Amino acid sequence: MTAQHPSREVSPFPHRHLLGIEGLSREEIAFLLDLADFYAAQDPREHRLSSLLSGYTVINLFFENSTRTRTSFELAARRLGAEAINMSVASSSIKKGETLIDTATTLTAMRPDLLVVRHPDSGAVSLLSEKVDCSVINGGDGSHEHPTQALLDALSIRRRKGRLAGLTVAICGDVLHSRVARSNIHLLTTMGAQVRVIAPPTLLPSKIESLGVKAFHDMRAGLAEVDIVMMLRLQNERMHGSYVPSVREYFRFYGLDQEKLAFAKPDALVMHPGPMNRGVEIDSELADDIDRSLIHTQVAMGVAVRMACLHALLRRDQLPREVHA
Amino acid sequence: MPVAGTPKRVAYLNARLLDPATGLDAPGALLTEEAVIADVGPRLFNDAPPPPDAQIVDCAGACLAPGLVDMRVQLREPGQEHKETIASASRAAAAGGITSMVGLPNTDPVVDDVSGIEFVARRAREEKLVKVYSYAALTRRLEGQEITEIGLLHEYGARGFTDGLKPVGNAQVMRRALSYATAFDTVILQHPQEPTLSQGVMNGGELATRLGLAGIPPLAEVILLERDLRLVEMTGGRYHASLISTAESVEAIRRAKARGLPVTCDTAPHYFTLNENAVGDYRTFAKVMPPLRSESDRAAIAEAVADGTIDAICSDHAPQDQDAKRLPFAVAEWGMAGLETLLPLSLALVHQGRMSLLELLKRLTVSPATILQGRSALAPGLPADLVIFDPDRVWVIDPDRFLSKSKNSAFDNHPVQGQVLRTVVDGRSIFTLAEAEEAG
Repeated sequence: MTAQHPSREVSPFPHRHLLGIEGLSREEIAFLLDLADFYAAQDPREHRLSSLLSGYTVINLFFENSTRTRTSFELAARRLGAEAINMSVASSSIKKGETLIDTATTLTAMRPDLLVVRHPDSGAVSLLSEKVDCSVINGGDGSHEHPTQALLDALSIRRRKGRLAGLTVAICGDVLHSRVARSNIHLLTTMGAQVRVIAPPTLLPSKIESLGVKAFHDMRAGLAEVDIVMMLRLQNERMHGSYVPSVREYFRFYGLDQEKLAFAKPDALVMHPGPMNRGVEIDSELADDIDRSLIHTQVAMGVAVRMACLHALLRRDQLPREVHA
Repeated sequence: MPVAGTPKRVAYLNARLLDPATGLDAPGALLTEEAVIADVGPRLFNDAPPPPDAQIVDCAGACLAPGLVDMRVQLREPGQEHKETIASASRAAAAGGITSMVGLPNTDPVVDDVSGIEFVARRAREEKLVKVYSYAALTRRLEGQEITEIGLLHEYGARGFTDGLKPVGNAQVMRRALSYATAFDTVILQHPQEPTLSQGVMNGGELATRLGLAGIPPLAEVILLERDLRLVEMTGGRYHASLISTAESVEAIRRAKARGLPVTCDTAPHYFTLNENAVGDYRTFAKVMPPLRSESDRAAIAEAVADGTIDAICSDHAPQDQDAKRLPFAVAEWGMAGLETLLPLSLALVHQGRMSLLELLKRLTVSPATILQGRSALAPGLPADLVIFDPDRVWVIDPDRFLSKSKNSAFDNHPVQGQVLRTVVDGRSIFTLAEAEEAG
């Protein structure tokens, strides 16, 4: 797979930070996906450690609990030869605004090359990026963006379907609170896919259509003829009468099972950013159906996508003009 | 499915056919076959006689219309069977010409889950009288905080969602409920009274001051109504305001409808028949929620029923036993029994020349049916749910003769004009005045 770049003078990825998908061009996204594809094709057990980022320091700064994203970034950094350090900050015990800046100042003194930051407040990662003198990757900020998740989702789709343009993708569930949904909407619409969101009206943010998507409240109508069904996680505290009356009602009308999936295309694929609530947003058997579920591919692509992002941000001197996977 | 005892065919002859759904008001006849209307029209049986096996009912010029649909009834079963049961309410409804009624969820236990809906449906099937439906609670235990399983309850037959006598005061809860309900195209009903302003026991004003009773200002109604109308505009949710009682509320509804909002409303006969003076000497039978208002409010409600701003008239049947009403005014229970007086009290608007009989019947049949997503018409194929009544017959209301278990009506000794002669549900007569007079 190749990506052509209009001018040889311009870097294919001329950014210092990766704070979100919104604002990236179609070519830049394609470039990251191509580079990730290259890393995905490598068997880490054959290639062992690369020396591309030898001597570089990456700090994972997580103000919110995470296992898979943090591990995935850590592994990506180590496979490229970088030092990876994890810092977990219990966000509940600190006063967010001032501590965020204080933390940034402290970290800058340690002179890392890149920070991966996850924060429960939308916009916090961007704020922090203005206060440090290294690159920053947004590992998820509030309900705003989670760019590497959208990239790994896109890579998973592209590897199975061969393309993104022209596909119809339904994003189902708690769109209101989901940074994964927002990043995916930006990425998929930029790449020429048709995007639908399906959720109870209480879980759709207002004016969501202005992001270029079609909104549905009914799974049957929304899933008709779609190629990809992307399920979102519903937080437990939102299932008891505030946004949704109950778990059983949610599963009955918005949980993905074989019956509802039958409205999608016969070869439609199912995705979930994890961790799954089996029996809440997705039927357990369906999640494990190897022919329909991309869920394990998504996890595998996570490391490759993060290797590509670290590479693109830290070694702009070593970027291929075009990538052959 | 017709129940046992349903005659195969019944021909209703010499009737004044009144069908608010089509505007028909003409002499004619109607034929039922088992549970449905088989044929109807001004010329039916002009050229050929009724089928020889048909039972003949000679209406002798009386009105024949679709049965009344009462969209606000407190059934009291389960939980307060000493005040009313589904059986006694059904008999009272039948005597009132009502063929379908919808119960509020404020029973004990509250109807806030699927089993509550199924209980009422099963009890109604056992009684085989009028059709009894339920609203489900909008919030769990009517606490105004967590929305109920609107989707599942709707599938199981809940006709709408309301906290009944308890208004939902929390704007965020109301917003989410209206928004969530749009996914299921169901209606949310609210009895709009701003809770923090509604701690009184009668209409706020001069009379309350003289009686030394805590007043509920008329403003309490329009404040919550206006808020809800804004939320309707924001969410697109279908909203029905129950028991409109003030002139300002009527204006708010009128403006909302003019702007095309999906809004309907109802009132009950006492709000266009009585004013706060009915409370008189601490008369607890006139203690209703919302309270009876001033004379100018009463007149505005009558006018709004006549011009259609108020879509439906409900009985607001609220049966209470003597123990609940023979108390100092401030602590007596709310409400009035209304099933058996709905039609004659409403007919007063026709006799006063405010509106046509057909228009009035619209408020009592097709309008509430449409709000509840049902049908009501004299049309072949529809269930034979009918009322035959004499619109002019004069009588005096005597609560002691009510079939309801409770006799708490403020209309004791009130002369009215118009009486139900026969009520038919699914092709079967479940009430005839002749038999009732013989029995009673």
